[in-house]
Amino acid sequence: MELLLAVAIGTLVAAGVYLALRPRLFSVLLGITLLSYAVNLFLLAAGGLQVDAAPLTDRPGPYPDPLPQALVLTAIVISFGMTALVIVLALRVVHERGHDRLEDAGEGEE
Amino acid sequence: MNHLLLLPILVPLAGALAALVGERAGPRLERTVGAIATLALLPVAAVLFGVAAEGRVIAYAVGGWPAPFGIVLVLDRFAAWMLLVTAVVAAGALLSAVDRSDESGRHFHVLFQFQLMGIHGAFLAGDLFNLFVFFEVLLIASYALLCHGTRPGRTMAAVRVAVLNLLGSALFLVAVGCLYSAAGTLNLADLAQRAAGLPADRGGLWQAGAWLLVVVFALKAAALPLGFWLPGAYATVDGAVAALFSVLTKVGVAALVRCGTLLFPDLGIGPVAWAAALGTLAVGATGMLAARRMSRLAAHAVIVSVGVLLVAVAPFTRESLAAATFYLAHGTLATAAFFLVTTRIAAARGAAGDRLEAGPAFRGPVALPLAFLCVAVAVAGLPPLGGFLAKAAILDAAGGGSRAGATFAAVLASSLLATYALARAGSNVFWKAGQDGGEVAPLRQRESSLASVGMALLLAAVLLLAALAGPVYRQAEEVAAQLLDREGYVEAVLGARTGTGG
Repeated sequence: MELLLAVAIGTLVAAGVYLALRPRLFSVLLGITLLSYAVNLFLLAAGGLQVDAAPLTDRPGPYPDPLPQALVLTAIVISFGMTALVIVLALRVVHERGHDRLEDAGEGEE
Repeated sequence: MNHLLLLPILVPLAGALAALVGERAGPRLERTVGAIATLALLPVAAVLFGVAAEGRVIAYAVGGWPAPFGIVLVLDRFAAWMLLVTAVVAAGALLSAVDRSDESGRHFHVLFQFQLMGIHGAFLAGDLFNLFVFFEVLLIASYALLCHGTRPGRTMAAVRVAVLNLLGSALFLVAVGCLYSAAGTLNLADLAQRAAGLPADRGGLWQAGAWLLVVVFALKAAALPLGFWLPGAYATVDGAVAALFSVLTKVGVAALVRCGTLLFPDLGIGPVAWAAALGTLAVGATGMLAARRMSRLAAHAVIVSVGVLLVAVAPFTRESLAAATFYLAHGTLATAAFFLVTTRIAAARGAAGDRLEAGPAFRGPVALPLAFLCVAVAVAGLPPLGGFLAKAAILDAAGGGSRAGATFAAVLASSLLATYALARAGSNVFWKAGQDGGEVAPLRQRESSLASVGMALLLAAVLLLAALAGPVYRQAEEVAAQLLDREGYVEAVLGARTGTGG
């Protein structure tokens, strides 16, 4: 289980970083979305992994840590909202410039 | 339980919601609501400052759930200090926004209030996850404020900052995950308590999380390798928004101070922060020299002030933290006032705007060049204003040691370069005016007197800080002493479990 999750997180991070470094706004957004998925999985693993056990139970025995699950829920909502906002902003950029390439971002001083 | 602790979060929240509703009834009502909500923060912050000045750390368990299981808000001298500075800056920024920048787009006052709510929450948060949540609140409002209005290039600036901060948020969450799996808690006091007794195999995880957190805070604070997003963003927004933004970088520094003193006193953040600070000073001072617009000059002045702050924070001693606390107030007020003055000068110069070149003869009110002089002295850290006192105290606290020489050189050189850049800007804008025969632009008359009041408020605060430097500095020393008193903080928060601390 640990190995599976680690491979999944690693793959998501690798893909996310690669995409985030592409010179297109669309790829960057996709990359950041993948990164946020990876982070959510990582948070879930932060409390230790338990298979086939329910949190918040009165039964004895190993049960998963409920706190990371609460954190992940909040993190999902926040990253969802943030991504939505950035996509809207990116759409506005595309409307302003007519493309989403990042290489000619030359509106510095003037 | 002291329910007053909720007010810095509830007042902006109520203000934002009321402004959202009031918007339908016209901009006038929205503006009134925004002004009332922002000005109401001044007495709130003053009262909380008084409460914190009694010397006890006060924890407020939200919903009655005791720490470390529930959410706590913690008010200590440092948080109260930051709240007061924020309230003054916010009042000045809002008053100067009501002339026209709040008309250039929708929801200005709503966003402004949410921004304040996030800033206040970040100062009061008693656990790491709420710190994250409030950071996101202030960030999402700042993205919207960044692209507020219709100036071209703003949207791209906002996207750039947003993408960078989304990466920062991802790192923040990874850091939170690391620290949680190392220590099993996210409450700051509980983390501080457990840090010493971690099992050996968790040490690596703990350090990884700690350093990731430092990186995230450095990104927010715009320290050297992570600060290049700032000038492009701050120079494109309206002066009033930029004035409020000058608090944002300080939120990063404040979080770094909080975590550096409470959670990671043995991590060795100091030398790293010191090296980053010297680089930040160099970049900021060079940027000030290279600026061709006054808004760029102000944006780089923010970077310089972050550099000075980090130099001050780096030793993490009582003297250095006192100097840093004092400079935190002075630097924030001075840079915020700089942005407001810049906006007014640009408006008074008409077509020449805020370009640092000889334009039409300056025909604005006489008070404006005087205001620029005052702000320039404050930003550069020259006597007689507070910046000089703060820098003297910072250099004093740098003490002997191998690093003191470099510290002296960097702080003094950056002050010299800043003075030169500001003097050149002033002479270009006010004295060289009209020499190259540019036609005299008509004055823009659409300015309410409230905008001047906002600028005057911040300038008065800067002057007052210098006039009352003695008592204020003693307060700053108390702040520093309390920051280094980890046991007091831990006891106050975790003692609330049995009802004795609240």
